[in-house]
Amino acid sequence: MNAAIEFRDVCFATAEGRLLLDTISLAVEEGTTTAVLGRSGSGKTTLLRTVNRMVAPTGGEVLVDGRSVRNADLIRLRRSVGYVIQETGLFPHMTAERDVGLVLEAQGRPRAERVRRSHELLAAVGLDPKQFARRYPYQLSGGQRQRVGLARALAAEPSVLLMDEPFGALDPLTRAEMQDMLRGLLASLEKTVLLVTHDLDEALYLGDRIVLLSEGKLVANLEPQEFLRSREPQIEAYVRAFHRGKQSAASGPVEEKRA
Amino acid sequence: MSGFLAEYGGEIATLTVEHLWLTGAAILFATAISVPIGVWLTRRPGWAKPVIGVANVVQTIPSLAMFGFLLPLPWLGERAARVAIVALTAYALLPILRNTYAGIQGIDRSLIEVARALGLTDAQRFFKVELPLAASFILAGLRTATVTCVGIATIAAAVGAGGLGELIFRGVASVDNRLVLAGAIPAALLALTCDGALGLLERWFRVPGPVSSPSAAR
Repeated sequence: MNAAIEFRDVCFATAEGRLLLDTISLAVEEGTTTAVLGRSGSGKTTLLRTVNRMVAPTGGEVLVDGRSVRNADLIRLRRSVGYVIQETGLFPHMTAERDVGLVLEAQGRPRAERVRRSHELLAAVGLDPKQFARRYPYQLSGGQRQRVGLARALAAEPSVLLMDEPFGALDPLTRAEMQDMLRGLLASLEKTVLLVTHDLDEALYLGDRIVLLSEGKLVANLEPQEFLRSREPQIEAYVRAFHRGKQSAASGPVEEKRA
Repeated sequence: MSGFLAEYGGEIATLTVEHLWLTGAAILFATAISVPIGVWLTRRPGWAKPVIGVANVVQTIPSLAMFGFLLPLPWLGERAARVAIVALTAYALLPILRNTYAGIQGIDRSLIEVARALGLTDAQRFFKVELPLAASFILAGLRTATVTCVGIATIAAAVGAGGLGELIFRGVASVDNRLVLAGAIPAALLALTCDGALGLLERWFRVPGPVSSPSAAR
């Protein structure tokens, strides 16, 4: 297996000298999904953004398909890497159809091709093009918007997909639907995905591997089962914090809880 | 009344056209100057305050004084219409400049980030994202500028540039209220028409959404 994304001793320090990424080395195998967990401020998003060079590392090297992104043509690189962010990513003045086809439009592809492709993708993410193609973001629900965002990220057939808490703003039921949809889609598409999330369940459900960042350092890079079984204190703390509600509800007597 | 119209109708029409041409030329020039500068300021926000400040100061010069200042200048002074167009352009700068700058600055930063992350070039980001999102805002500035200029253009008659102000000045000189109204009413109607027409255009370019005011749309 080849590494589709590789981080080699990647560091990033802010202008004020705060170290957001501290010598991170990580290889993401082709066609797999890696979920990146960590607290807010642990450097997850920054790490993701070094891949399409929205952030330029202050040290180390990021490789996509074996080539360093350092001297890559930014426009080409970004068009070849799909990017999905939380909530606000859709352009309010564009219909779903146009937004999804925007990268193709930027590449100067003919309109007919753009429309065909964007209808195809809308259908793939579970939105009937007949009903949704002409809608503006304000006419879509949160979940539908994220579907359009995902379709847009797939438009230029990128081999790599970056997702920054794509379902973070959704209610749990919609979120679960989206996770199912994404899982189905990824099974058929063979994309390499880097998924930033707060949600351990989401990471376990979607990730082939789970990476935990803490204060800019890579703490773990494990398979989901290994991650859950790990005795490493930081991992245990994370897992415990996440499952608190479940445990207290399961162990506490009902009467006591009511009182 | 009908006798008055028969006598002055043709002149009112000619002067209205002249008025419109003075205003239109000034708005065209002001747009050509202000929009690019406004866009440039969004790239160099440090310059925004001084540049918009200068436009602001220009705005405070009394119009009669402005026409007076420009009249003795070489080339400009040769034709009164030139003086009028330059002066009106100067007054139209501020609203267009300010709204262009504020309209683009006001766009949600995350949308600009997304445009970059999708691999849009700088030009594509401007024409496909920033300009359409700021368009109704820029047009609102254009509308303010136009209405202001239609009003100020009546004073251009003081330096002999023509326009509906000519009837007003003549009416005042000869104490003939009918002449004053013959200038004032078409000028007011012209302002209202421009306001309405540009208002429609502004609405046409408004970002689709449930909110109706352009400032609330972001």
